[in-house]
Amino acid sequence: MPTKVIMPKLGESVVEGTVMNWLKKAGDSVEEFESLLEVESAKVNTEIPSPAAGTLLKILVQAGETVDAGKILAWIGESGEQVPAESSQEPADMEMKHREQQEQESAPAQTAPQTESKPAPMDLENQIAAGRDRDLGFISPVVAKIASENQVDLTRVNGTGQGGRISKKDILSYIKNRGEVEAEQEAPAWETPGEGDLFRPTEMQFPERFATRNETSESTSGEAKKPLQMKSSTAGQLIPHTKIRRRIADHMQMSKRTSPHVTTVMEADMQNIFFHRAKNKQSFENQGVHLTFTAYFLVATARALQKYPIVNSSWTEEGILLKTAINIGMAASLGEEGLIVPVIKNADSFSLIGIARQVNSLGDRARNHSLAPDDVADGTFTITNHGTAGSLFATPIINQPQCGILGVGLIQKRAVVSADAIAIRPMVYLSFSFDHRILDGSAADGFLAEVVKNLEKWN
Amino acid sequence: MAEMTLVEAIRDAMDEEMERDENVFIVGEDVGQRGGVFRATDGLFKKYGAMRVIDSPLAELSIVGVGIGAALYGMKPICEIQFADFIYPAFNQIVSEASKMTYRSNGAWSVPMVIRAPYGGGIGGGLYHSQSIEGFFTHVPGLKVVVPSSPYDAKGLLISAIRDPNPVLYLEPKKGYRLIRGEVPKGEFTVPIGPANITKSGEDLTIFAYGMMHFYAQKAAENLEKEGISVEVVDLRTLVPVDQDTILKSIKKTGKALIVHEDNLTGGYGGEIAAIIAEHAFTFLDAPVRRLAGPDVPAVPFSHPMQEWFMVNEEKITNAARELAHY
Repeated sequence: MPTKVIMPKLGESVVEGTVMNWLKKAGDSVEEFESLLEVESAKVNTEIPSPAAGTLLKILVQAGETVDAGKILAWIGESGEQVPAESSQEPADMEMKHREQQEQESAPAQTAPQTESKPAPMDLENQIAAGRDRDLGFISPVVAKIASENQVDLTRVNGTGQGGRISKKDILSYIKNRGEVEAEQEAPAWETPGEGDLFRPTEMQFPERFATRNETSESTSGEAKKPLQMKSSTAGQLIPHTKIRRRIADHMQMSKRTSPHVTTVMEADMQNIFFHRAKNKQSFENQGVHLTFTAYFLVATARALQKYPIVNSSWTEEGILLKTAINIGMAASLGEEGLIVPVIKNADSFSLIGIARQVNSLGDRARNHSLAPDDVADGTFTITNHGTAGSLFATPIINQPQCGILGVGLIQKRAVVSADAIAIRPMVYLSFSFDHRILDGSAADGFLAEVVKNLEKWN
Repeated sequence: MAEMTLVEAIRDAMDEEMERDENVFIVGEDVGQRGGVFRATDGLFKKYGAMRVIDSPLAELSIVGVGIGAALYGMKPICEIQFADFIYPAFNQIVSEASKMTYRSNGAWSVPMVIRAPYGGGIGGGLYHSQSIEGFFTHVPGLKVVVPSSPYDAKGLLISAIRDPNPVLYLEPKKGYRLIRGEVPKGEFTVPIGPANITKSGEDLTIFAYGMMHFYAQKAAENLEKEGISVEVVDLRTLVPVDQDTILKSIKKTGKALIVHEDNLTGGYGGEIAAIIAEHAFTFLDAPVRRLAGPDVPAVPFSHPMQEWFMVNEEKITNAARELAHY
């Protein structure tokens, strides 16, 4: 009996995928779990492993075609085996239902239709949606006891113990403050560590820029392996659109058409952040977390969004939709290939170390092209980090349908006047582009001032 | 109140008790004419004479054996073992005779004897003048084990020990003999055998210690206070019987325990404290119970750097407590 290869559901909210490239031809033999094809879904490319060993009998969906999740893409079986003709037409979710009935004791329920019988390893990983479920770590007996006696949802408690563990102190202070405003509860959470490397200060910036240039030239020469098809003509060279380029273009154009953009700029003194980072970098490192400035910006922004929920919203014709979750996207450059915005879900529920860890993980995955579709979905606000390229301030374009986007410039030591003396301080410009349909200048400036305050008053 | 060193407080206790009760006498090596190698009995020979401050042969089993015999006749012997390291020849006398006497005679006989033994390292004493021996004796029912860490407790506990109707092993942290000073009232007072002492109140964790390690634990707590870590310090004082109530009360408050002793880790007394906490306060714990103890090597080494490596000290306690506080 031949085995089906099915278009996997690559994320909870992803219903279709595009076959980018078949890595095997009909007639080729494949090993189980050997990469069979590449699928693109929501800007993320995923290699789909073969569900079985055998011969690729027939390809039903050719490269470039977009089909719903669950559709049969190909058949694998013994060389010369007949492909059941009728099955190729039958909707695969029907198939799935049949199969589920037949294989009741097979592995824990995979909610998403998978390739035949064995779940692809990629998809298993995808089940753990980034940021959705917080890893609480070790819950000590006393914390468990206090939580049960006081009916505390531990996912809401900030952990300041080792590795972000919730200590007895943490839960007691949570209970003490529970009656107060939710936003207040998050306040003592920053004492813990993390790391990503999207934001850097001047000192680190310039050597990095040289390195980046070298990398860029390398990667350009590396393009030889996978050459972009350039057509020469007398008028110049035509670079055909990649799918990702086209999507970026459409999105940017749509955004500019949709929202009346206004950008406001403030500057923040990063002195306290510098001190805090210098003090905690090593201890975070000891916990396997690289503490970057990105984490601080995310935390400062998440706190400001809590205070100004109107900024965490979308314009709809019926009204302004305030989002319940604070999911902050961080724009990451993929170099020549464009940019991608991995999202830290429920960013307000993490301590500094939790955020830093997410930044590390998402940044790494973005660079390695291993983001899952869920990693880039459901953002409610975006931070873009044009400072990495040396930019001081910018007018970023809103990532629709969000209300605003915060641009972080280069952190640079500048002479500033402090208490009537000239002081040298690490300064950063923050550019906040907002949808003027939703926010007026004063509200937007209030939010931005709050971000600045969170950064400057960091302790 | 006069300020005294630990060893002065011990001498003061013996002097007062000998004056009060003529049945009290001292027996041990060099305790008489010499006044003890640590001067703990200095002046007592002159004051009470050779019949009450008896220089013994170098034979610990006979020192304790004489003590047991005299005690059975109603005397109140204070047997001095010059260094706790030398106590093993008397082990059989202590374990098989002294500690069992009341039990096996169904209460008809008792051994109201005190065995004083200076213990512990950090004094350049090498393999035979530095050991901690409490682990062997806290296992023995019928024997009380007391370790003072302040001059006040040293005097009060020794008086209690002398008056106790049962054998008491009274261990003296010899490194602290002259290092530890404190106010001690003149005249009669007792510190009861049994209760532990919360010497510093705190919120974040509890350090359980005794003897010299309690002295260092207090210093460590002071260091950490400056870092914003609030440490509770419990001086166990009496290892047998142990003050379970105070231990549990403290751990239920702080949720974190650091148990410190100089004796080597494995089979050490700290395991008993850890077990009490685990059995009776498990649901109050916010971190694994930690023990900080001497390494499992056969003896405190003689070489100075090696001795420092062995010894638990203020710095090691500070570090361990800080780590636990941050857990």
